[in-house]
Amino acid sequence: MDTGLPLFPEQASTMAGRVDALYLFLIAISVFFGTLIATLVVTFAIRFRRRSRDERPPPIHGSTALELTWTLIPLGIVMVIFLWGAEVFFAMARVPPGTMNVYVVGKRWMWKTQHMTGQREINELHVPVGVPVKLTLTSEDVIHSFFVPAFRIKKDVVPGRYVTTWFQATRAGTYHLFCAEYCGTKHSGMIGTVTVMEPAAFQSWLSGGATGTSLAAAGEKLFTDLACVTCHRGDTEARGPKLEGLFGRPVSLANGERLVADEAYIRESIVNPTAKIVAGFQPVMPAYQGLVTEEGLMQLVAYIESLSGPAPAPAGAAASPSPGAGEHKP
Amino acid sequence: MSSVAESAHGSEAHPDLVHHFESLPAQKEAATFGMWVFLVTEVMFFGGLFLAYTIYRNLYFHAFVQSSRHLDLTLGGVNTAVLICSSLTMAMGVHSAAVNKRRATVGWLLLTVALGSVFLGIKAVEYKDKFDHHLVPGEHFRGEELHVVGDEVRRAQIFYSLYFAMTGLHATHMVIGIPIILIVAWMAHRGRFSPEYHTPVEMTGLYWHFVDIVWIFLFPLLYLIGRHH
Amino acid sequence: MTTHIGPGETRPPRPPAPPSLTEPPAPRVNYLNVAYGVKSWLLTTDHKRIALLYLAGITMMFFLGGSFAVLIRLELVTPAGDLVQSETYNKLFTLHGIIMVFFFLIPSIPAFLGNFLIPIMIGARDLAFPRLNLLSWYIYMLGGAFTIFALVRGGVDTGWTFYTPYSTAYSNTHVIAAGLGIFITGFSSILTGLNFIVTIHRMRAPGLTWFRLPLFVWAHYATSLIFILGTPVIAITLLTVVLERALHLGIYDPRLGGDPILFQHLFWFYSHPAVYIMILPAMGVVSEVVACFSRKRIFGYEVVAMSSLAIAVLGFLVWGHHMFISGQSTYAGLVFSLLSFLVAIPSAIKVFNWTATLYKGSVSFDTPMLYAAGFIGLFTIGGLTGLFLAAVGLDVHVTDTYFVVAHFHYIMVGGAIMGYLGGIHFWWPKITGRLYPEMWARVAAVIVFAGFNLTFFPQFILGYLGMPRRYHAYPEEFQVLNVMSSAGASILGLGYLLPMIYLVWSMRYGPRAPANPWQAKGLEWQTASPPITVNFERQPVVTEEAYEYAPEENAKIV
Repeated sequence: MDTGLPLFPEQASTMAGRVDALYLFLIAISVFFGTLIATLVVTFAIRFRRRSRDERPPPIHGSTALELTWTLIPLGIVMVIFLWGAEVFFAMARVPPGTMNVYVVGKRWMWKTQHMTGQREINELHVPVGVPVKLTLTSEDVIHSFFVPAFRIKKDVVPGRYVTTWFQATRAGTYHLFCAEYCGTKHSGMIGTVTVMEPAAFQSWLSGGATGTSLAAAGEKLFTDLACVTCHRGDTEARGPKLEGLFGRPVSLANGERLVADEAYIRESIVNPTAKIVAGFQPVMPAYQGLVTEEGLMQLVAYIESLSGPAPAPAGAAASPSPGAGEHKP
Repeated sequence: MSSVAESAHGSEAHPDLVHHFESLPAQKEAATFGMWVFLVTEVMFFGGLFLAYTIYRNLYFHAFVQSSRHLDLTLGGVNTAVLICSSLTMAMGVHSAAVNKRRATVGWLLLTVALGSVFLGIKAVEYKDKFDHHLVPGEHFRGEELHVVGDEVRRAQIFYSLYFAMTGLHATHMVIGIPIILIVAWMAHRGRFSPEYHTPVEMTGLYWHFVDIVWIFLFPLLYLIGRHH
Repeated sequence: MTTHIGPGETRPPRPPAPPSLTEPPAPRVNYLNVAYGVKSWLLTTDHKRIALLYLAGITMMFFLGGSFAVLIRLELVTPAGDLVQSETYNKLFTLHGIIMVFFFLIPSIPAFLGNFLIPIMIGARDLAFPRLNLLSWYIYMLGGAFTIFALVRGGVDTGWTFYTPYSTAYSNTHVIAAGLGIFITGFSSILTGLNFIVTIHRMRAPGLTWFRLPLFVWAHYATSLIFILGTPVIAITLLTVVLERALHLGIYDPRLGGDPILFQHLFWFYSHPAVYIMILPAMGVVSEVVACFSRKRIFGYEVVAMSSLAIAVLGFLVWGHHMFISGQSTYAGLVFSLLSFLVAIPSAIKVFNWTATLYKGSVSFDTPMLYAAGFIGLFTIGGLTGLFLAAVGLDVHVTDTYFVVAHFHYIMVGGAIMGYLGGIHFWWPKITGRLYPEMWARVAAVIVFAGFNLTFFPQFILGYLGMPRRYHAYPEEFQVLNVMSSAGASILGLGYLLPMIYLVWSMRYGPRAPANPWQAKGLEWQTASPPITVNFERQPVVTEEAYEYAPEENAKIV
């Protein structure tokens, strides 16, 4: 860290520079207009100071030209700011392909992160440099917010649903992780670190860590324990839709809508099955709300995802293919 | 106050003219305007609940249909008729005050109170019925009566939460309105009103009509979901 | 005063009286001394006395909320949470927010200065509904009592924003009492707004057309629109939170099938327009002060009047900018971002018009004008930082950090409170019939300005560095800026104490004020200081335009 007074957090992601550029532009505009107004006020106050007790200045009521000028010019400037901000926002909203996926659960008062390969961390997240990382987040209790200043990312974490954000780290180092939505007593203690490592170092971290089962393997076990296969047998007479090849593909619902089966859809279908009934099936699936933890849900989602053919391999994280699952059935 | 009115307006000023208005019509127009502004605030007040209703009905339509079926259409229908009649009697009361018929005014206002009380009585019967059938949101809520299972039960609870909140807020407005009508009826009985001054009756009338109109929205939204199926 | 004249002596010639003293001298009976005793105050229907009743309540709440701020800044001098426990700290910032927003800022100018001045400014004897006005005050005090009860019984720790499901299902504090307190006080706002709207529409003196109204009245009209359309929504929102907490009528708890984001939409639908409730009246004060101390009509009067209405209307369309990262859709975020930029424009227009008013004016820097100038500077900075937050891509980084805290304090403290203090000083002679000591007042204004900037400017930097808001303890690297901020807070506190002292002193020992000490235009200056109960001996008839400091024939459009 610098010994001087820093004004900016480190730029450690691909978006950080873009956010900072917009910030500097806004600072420039603010300095310009702030100085302009201050100078005018001070200059006029001195130049036109009251010289005698009863003086009556000439009445000047207004000027349409001036009103239009100082309406339209600011309007133009703010439209530029709007478009620039929108552009940055779109870039943040569009998750690039080929991400390494991490699941995050916020709960009072800690962050639990899970890698697809099975590593679990508390208040820490290790990622490689140069690889886009997609975070799927939820909360077990109240609203939290996942905030990494160095990456310029922040996302509210809401109970009952998944939210997504992504980043691509550009510099190795250790960066603050904060909770940014007030969540009770230890809100300011719900902090941690994101550690960005060079690819080789990340590899050794991955393999050196507790080699627990991968997320998908844990999900497969849960799938078996909960006897999901009773209905999701995969044959045409089954009471539940086939799960192989489901993830990432379009689904037709009974009410005529179509959507793409993503993490949020899978999660909802487990906790709230009658929300979206697949065309051709009956609403008979029991709701697992309260019977499976958020972490368990993430494991099931990871398992179902693994049933859908080769996911594009994230470059720096040569995760071993989930054992026992994920073989694409022809 | 009236002595100030005299000094401000001269001794022929109407005894009901307050000191800060120029004339009785001006005073009445201000009162009417004020009451309409107040009713706008009431629209915004109920509006939050109507918004929540709209969103959840859209999301949980099936649960809402099943829940709505359990509301008693007869009782609700009777209540609607009762309330509309009470608006009629209220309007008759305002008219009687305007044409200086003191006894008729009192009569119509008391009739309005009676009808309003009938409404509240029927509402109490309905609430008790919900309580008996375990349809009050909370730990004791059970969805069997509604023929919903699984997560639909939670959604039915949302319906009933909104049902109780919306009809409860409406009933609260009636519970506040009834004593106000009684006070105005008492004032009428004491000969307080005249063709030039019966503003309290008119303002109460506006309020009561508003309460009626809210029910006219609540009834179909809560009782008539999917009934045509 | 009498000079003894001996026989044969002639009275020495009197010097010509200065213009402000040619009006009739203050009558011995005025609204303050027409009756004494507690009942004459607690049962008054005189809008001027009710305004002073509000002043008492508002001032108490200001110092209560301010004392919590002092504790917060003391805690934040060190990175560790070592002054108070976390639970206590969370209650401190919650109650600071609740008290300052609902019990100080929202009522301050409208309930005190608005109540006092609006009838007089339009030539009326009182507001349209004086008894409703008194009821408003009692409702305000009742709501305050509920909230203080919640405070005394252990406080509330949800943040003033009451986000669900924390407030409905997890907090162990007195959420219901605090929620009900705010709910009740909301009706005080609604009735005040109702009273103002009917009064301004219906009770203007003959000749007082809409475009001859003082800009203070326009500002309060626009504010009243927000009062009546917005406040009922926070009322129903808090009511549903109370119901959910007490009776499990769950519409916000996901475990009960509800949606926590619905709460945020309903909450911010009011709470964003609420910030315009807090700033529009202060802008009205600034217009009056700048006009008087430049001796000119506000440049672009009609545009400034209309801009108040534009802010009120547009202010209802931008609430989602508090929710950009909440899980709201990307497209909704873009719409709210665009509208948020649009709502900035009328405010900018006002700033330019005030500045242009000084041009070729006759500018004098009495205390009210110092506060108005401070407002213009600090509101400009606050408003410009609003642009940072409206830019969605940038907001992702700075929302929920000290950047936002700095932004809204620049507007609410640097803007609204400076406007409030400026208004208090401007109309103090009218309200009390006394003059305050000018030197002390100017010193205090400068101290407030300096203390304010030292307190809140470092917070912009802290926010961009990443310090989140509502943090009891923080990483060490943020300490230097926090210490600067706390140092500033102590100076700011001193600046606020000074007016308390000298204003109270002036009520007894200050020189008596003439009817128009500032030689200002406006009906309130045409009547005695302090006014009689019915405001005017005879109903005024208005024949000139607003702020007609120089004859109308000489008027120019540049």
